[in-house]
Amino acid sequence: MTSMPVSDTVVSAKDLGLTFQTADGPVTALTGVNLTVEKGDFVSFIGPSGCGKTTFLRVIADLEKPTSGTITVNGLSPEDARKRRAYGYVFQAAALYPWRTIEKNIALPLEIMGHSRDEQKARVARTLDLVNLTGFGKKYPWQLSGGMQQRASIARALAFDADLLLMDEPFGALDEIVRDHLNEQLLKLWAATQKTICFVTHSIPEAVYLSTKIVVMSPRPGRVTDIIDSPLPKDRPLGIRETPEFLEIAHRVREGLRAGHSYEEHA
Amino acid sequence: MGEASFFRDRLLPISTVLLALIALWYAFVVVLNAPFERDTAARAGTTISFMELLPNTMAQERPVLPAPHQVFAELWDTTVNKAITSKRSLVYHAGITLSATLMGFAMGTVLGILLAIAIVHNRAMDRSLMPWVIASQTIPILAIAPMIIVVLNAVGISGLMPKALISTYLSFFPVVVGMVKGLRSPEQIQLDLMHTYHASSSQTFWKLRWPASMPYLFTSLKVAIAISLVGAIVGELPTGAVAGLGARLLAGSYYGQTVQIWAALFMAAAVAALLVIIVGFAHSLVLKRMGARA
Repeated sequence: MTSMPVSDTVVSAKDLGLTFQTADGPVTALTGVNLTVEKGDFVSFIGPSGCGKTTFLRVIADLEKPTSGTITVNGLSPEDARKRRAYGYVFQAAALYPWRTIEKNIALPLEIMGHSRDEQKARVARTLDLVNLTGFGKKYPWQLSGGMQQRASIARALAFDADLLLMDEPFGALDEIVRDHLNEQLLKLWAATQKTICFVTHSIPEAVYLSTKIVVMSPRPGRVTDIIDSPLPKDRPLGIRETPEFLEIAHRVREGLRAGHSYEEHA
Repeated sequence: MGEASFFRDRLLPISTVLLALIALWYAFVVVLNAPFERDTAARAGTTISFMELLPNTMAQERPVLPAPHQVFAELWDTTVNKAITSKRSLVYHAGITLSATLMGFAMGTVLGILLAIAIVHNRAMDRSLMPWVIASQTIPILAIAPMIIVVLNAVGISGLMPKALISTYLSFFPVVVGMVKGLRSPEQIQLDLMHTYHASSSQTFWKLRWPASMPYLFTSLKVAIAISLVGAIVGELPTGAVAGLGARLLAGSYYGQTVQIWAALFMAAAVAALLVIIVGFAHSLVLKRMGARA
């Protein structure tokens, strides 16, 4: 990865727009998005469904092509960044391959990227440890709970050591107790690995608890309505969610979401 | 209650149906074969009572419908009591049909998989090939089989190959249809994952599409192997009745040897059942190795 331009900006979007051509005419998923993500940031994208938060993540990942504006990832086009394996992507569902054991699932990107067997083994062991799944490597996905499956999918995204982690509502399908636990673990993991994380969610407490930067989005057309830099310290126990600072940010996010919703009736 | 009992859950229902079928069979034997006995008696100028006629209907040499025990006596006689190399051994004939079946099945499976791969990976192939694949199965095999045999004979191909080709013609179809579905079965999210890794299409094929298609492949293979046997038997009908279960059926019908026809029929059914069971066994073995729930 030495060939990458030296810069602290990981993602930079300028006047980014994406319009889908559908049978019912064009649908504007994103319009006029300006955003920079710096190295080491934990950026949450929050908004109601249809606000384009997932679409924006998919644009970063080169899973969708923007129709206007520019975007760079590590100073490159998203396609070139993807070809250099710049990011690990965690989907809404764990998307583990059911015919592979957990360790084979985590080794999947390593096999594709041509790592040696010894290297694969070492990396699988290390990432299993990172997500607290040591000892579950030989299990098949169906033998694990939903939360454990999602942790395995995070391990898979971490296995090849990309500096950027893209997470699309990774805990959306889990219950709140498991979600709290995983949020805490994710923060520890973020601190341990120094990764840059882009995180899509529709939970206000989750966004405020995790992020250094919160991007509030609203639908029809999908756009950014507010960008909040969190003043919370990097070290965050779960109890921080009862502090006035936390509640103040949560309030601002809620206001931002409400503003975006104000003319929903006319849509 | 919950404990599985082999006797109560498997053996009892199956043997009940079997006994009912055999009883029904015997009833029809009496009904269908009785007119011949009455005619014989009438020609001799005598009358025959029902009780006298009853055992005779089950011991005719060329009955309209042979009794089960006659068929099984014939089966026993032509399998156990004959050397396998003998032309009168049903095992010998079954072996000939089986070799054509397996060859046709193997060719049909390979052809079906290759066509499915082409169809899944290429839009032009999807549009141009798929309609022809479906059209191929609308032609009755009984009509096309003699032509295939004659044409191939004319170009010097005879013996096993023409029969195997008819099996191929029938068996590639379920494999194509099943594998197209199977290779397309990965979810978008699983394909997206491969895209984020910048995986090549051959990597996506071997690590995702191929393993995902296995349940579909084996379901298709079960149909394909049974239909291969049908193809091989049909392929033996127009060859001049030399050898094989098809030839045995044809010879039996030429000479009114109904017992021989039924014996060959049962042999064919047994071979088909055995083949389907073997494929089913391979199916569960593969799925087990792929970590399926027990």
